[in-house]
Amino acid sequence: MDLVLSKEAINKIVAVLDEGLLRVGADCALLVDRSGNLIVNRGDPANLDVMALAALSAANFGATAEIAKLIGEDDFALLFHKGKNENVHFTKIGKGFILITLFGKDVALGLIRLNTAKVTDQLIPILCGEQ
Amino acid sequence: MSFIDLSKNEVQCKVVYYGPGRGGKTTNLLYIHQAMANAVRGKMVTIDTKGDRTLFFDFLPLALGKIQGLSIKIQLYTVPGQVMYNATRKLVLKGVDGIVFVADSLKVQKEKNIESLQNLFQNLAEDNIDIREIPLVLQYNKRDLGGSNIPILSVEELQEDLNKELQLPYFTGSALKGDGVFETLREVSKMTVKYVSRKLLAR
Repeated sequence: MDLVLSKEAINKIVAVLDEGLLRVGADCALLVDRSGNLIVNRGDPANLDVMALAALSAANFGATAEIAKLIGEDDFALLFHKGKNENVHFTKIGKGFILITLFGKDVALGLIRLNTAKVTDQLIPILCGEQ
Repeated sequence: MSFIDLSKNEVQCKVVYYGPGRGGKTTNLLYIHQAMANAVRGKMVTIDTKGDRTLFFDFLPLALGKIQGLSIKIQLYTVPGQVMYNATRKLVLKGVDGIVFVADSLKVQKEKNIESLQNLFQNLAEDNIDIREIPLVLQYNKRDLGGSNIPILSVEELQEDLNKELQLPYFTGSALKGDGVFETLREVSKMTVKYVSRKLLAR
């Protein structure tokens, strides 16, 4: 199950992330796969090790999926980590992908949740079409 | 699961270092990290316990240059070797494109090597990965202890225990001193790139 994305598909993903997340104030939006590959990163990831973030996020999702199983769920659809200044929101996209959104304390979590849901709906057809 | 980005002409593959606990998987990655130039390697991430054992995994991204216009990026992972962490090993193996099995040459680890290789085969089978298809390289580590008074297994014994049936490529090494580390990495990278391109051509 390898993934090959054309230039057109990457451009579409970039447009969806920019419009849906960066425009509403997210600092950074990353699309990664469940094995830890970084697919697209948008925003200003200065000093941010995006490769490590992708690998750790995939691992984090895998680990919490085991917690989900313990309580009778298959998986969790989203995860949220709150920091002092910066927060991370993870959303599952289909079975194989994770959307990571980084946002500051001035951006409401509700807005991010609302928009990641919209972005997810837009990304699924692009990713499924290419796989 | 490899990922090919045609807008950047880039291929990302995942290589996992597997093997019994305290066998030298992390030491392999540490040596690669120290020996490679900043330009080609990313930051090494390691999640370990205080007792220097890997708790979750180590991670090291590398850029290996270009093949036919495609940039090759390989991400190296290690797994925790201890028997009880099998759930974690399965997680790290997810989407693997190539594997290095680091065997411990210490005589006392003979059974642990066999057990760990069997565990790898079992985990791959559960993921429907054919061990005859996926790139797999063996490294017989800690050969530098050969001259000491610690009993070690001979290469023939290790071959008999681990490589009798599959006849995989193998390298002797000392991850601590760096012997065999790059030979192993070179072979697994070569095999992984071939494997990924073969799968792509078959699409």
